[in-house]
Amino acid sequence: MSTTQAIPTSPREDLSLAHKCLYYMSLMRELEDRIERKLYRQGKVLGGVYVGRGQEAISTGAALLADPCDVLFPSHRDMAAYLIRGISPGRILAQYMGRVDGVTRGRDANMHMGDLNLNIVAIISALAATVPVAAGAALALKYLGRKNVAMCWFGEGSTSLGHWHEGMNLASVQKLPVVWICNNNQYAYSTPMAAQMACANVADRGPAYNIPAEIVDGNDVLAVHAATARALAHVRAGNGPYLLECKTFRMTGHSAHDAAHYVPPELFDEWGKLDPIVRLEARMGAEGWATRDEIDAIHAGIRKEVEDAVAFAEASPYPDPATLMDGVYESQ
Amino acid sequence: MSTTYLEAIRQGLWEEMERDPNVFLIGEDIGVYGGAFKVTDGFYEHFGAKRVVDTPISEAAIVGAAIGASYMGLRPVAEMQFADFISCAFDQIVNFAAKSRYRWGASVPIVVRAPSGGGIHGGPFHSQNPEMWFVRTPGLKVVAPATAYDAKGLIKSAIRDNDPVLFFEHKGLYRRIKEDLPAEEYTVPIGQAKVVRQGKHLSIIAYGAMVWTALEAADQLAEEGISAEVVDLRTLLPLDRETVCASVKKTSKTLLLHEDTRTGGMAGELAASISESVFEYLDAPIVRVTAPDTPVPYSPPLEDAFLPNPAKVVEKARWLHRY
Repeated sequence: MSTTQAIPTSPREDLSLAHKCLYYMSLMRELEDRIERKLYRQGKVLGGVYVGRGQEAISTGAALLADPCDVLFPSHRDMAAYLIRGISPGRILAQYMGRVDGVTRGRDANMHMGDLNLNIVAIISALAATVPVAAGAALALKYLGRKNVAMCWFGEGSTSLGHWHEGMNLASVQKLPVVWICNNNQYAYSTPMAAQMACANVADRGPAYNIPAEIVDGNDVLAVHAATARALAHVRAGNGPYLLECKTFRMTGHSAHDAAHYVPPELFDEWGKLDPIVRLEARMGAEGWATRDEIDAIHAGIRKEVEDAVAFAEASPYPDPATLMDGVYESQ
Repeated sequence: MSTTYLEAIRQGLWEEMERDPNVFLIGEDIGVYGGAFKVTDGFYEHFGAKRVVDTPISEAAIVGAAIGASYMGLRPVAEMQFADFISCAFDQIVNFAAKSRYRWGASVPIVVRAPSGGGIHGGPFHSQNPEMWFVRTPGLKVVAPATAYDAKGLIKSAIRDNDPVLFFEHKGLYRRIKEDLPAEEYTVPIGQAKVVRQGKHLSIIAYGAMVWTALEAADQLAEEGISAEVVDLRTLLPLDRETVCASVKKTSKTLLLHEDTRTGGMAGELAASISESVFEYLDAPIVRVTAPDTPVPYSPPLEDAFLPNPAKVVEKARWLHRY
């Protein structure tokens, strides 16, 4: 485990950061609530819906530190990374609804989306496969002499796959500039941590690869932000990769169809009290960074933004079946 | 000066690395050691560790890293030490690379070199022809050159291509065949088959090392007055059905030949295409000469029985001619 000294900030920066964090976490929550609790139940979103309710601090706190030329590899419960990168709520909803204005134009669903112009890469369903790809992007950044880094998110379940270990190992052997961020929500579908791995923490895997690893309170967005700043300082200095394990909890089933009866109910109660948005609001009040009215105004603005996004997505057409064959190859 | 198949691949790689600083090699034992087959011997000394990346034994990481680097604008050439080990990288190839452009418009200009094929007594894990695992994956391109000329021209085209290309180079050809190559630069387009021997009685369609088997058989058949045309597919995906069908229209009899095992092999796809497109021209059933549906055995009598050879082709061709 590495040292965890704070990187000093000014009070004004703290206030501004807290506002940004509240905005992106709440926007992610509102969008996913709309998707899971309304659009999915209305039959307007089909297939699988996987939300990151209660886990918003991890993508928000980390992605806010990314330079636009850093390359992001978010996983499926990290929507805030897309919002921070500038992909609009309307395009995200159109993506979920299979419309042409979705990021993949109806070719793929949910969080399976990316845009190389924005340096954000699409996952595949075997989520650990992203890890070697992120290592390769980092290898290219180093090759091209750029000072940028790759930031790659994954769940604790991904760390059971060989691709995860191969990617971690290659990145460390080659001293590649990549920040690994584990969104440890303690369940991979129905499988709890204890059945997933025999070690207590994903961070315990770091030393095997000589990668410094740090455990973070994943429901404290400012803690995630501070830890990411430490990770980035290490990585940008050319010291190779760094692993953050952000401990959180999946406040839903695996997907919208899963009632998660296998999760002891008291865990939902316990972690519900640690909701990252509620905690940040309390901190903002206590620090004098925002009044309740100001916070309510932020939420009202977000609700309006999401209403507009729904209208945009619903107005977006479905793709033309005549385009089925387009884009398998460059020349097709 | 005559150039071997291996040297042709090596020249193609070298020229592309000289031409484009974004081309780099990544794989196991390719740098300091020069590669298990010495295809990249001397590259590390000339281009340096940055452009000839020795990796851990880690096929998924090699291909995954190639994909990630290609997203950043580089043109990686990944080496699988033996094509047999490509299965370790299967998910990266068929799910990450192949579907990237279709899903989100991100091109993956990588080449995966895969030394394949039997006849070297390599046994079940150093002799396979796994090309069909990938030929049925839309989004990939799959090439399998038979000649030194095509090996050089196709590796250069593969590196310049903006889609992921799997390059199956036959180990048995590395030092077995040689020819004079043009002094000037050239490429060979991906997706074009070639008639390598004109004939009028029947068509033998083959690729990779089996093109040489077909040509040897054609020589023997000629002595018996049977004129066999030989088509070298060169690229397996996208498949040049037009050249194949044109040959079938000309000869009206077809023998499909591959070293890969039978069920689900390229011959099945070709037979369906021929049947759909030029059925009216056929004067005989379409016949296949392939390896049987077994793993590749090690012991020489078993491997000899497994592999197609000129005698097996001649026997089938005689039957086809008599039909």
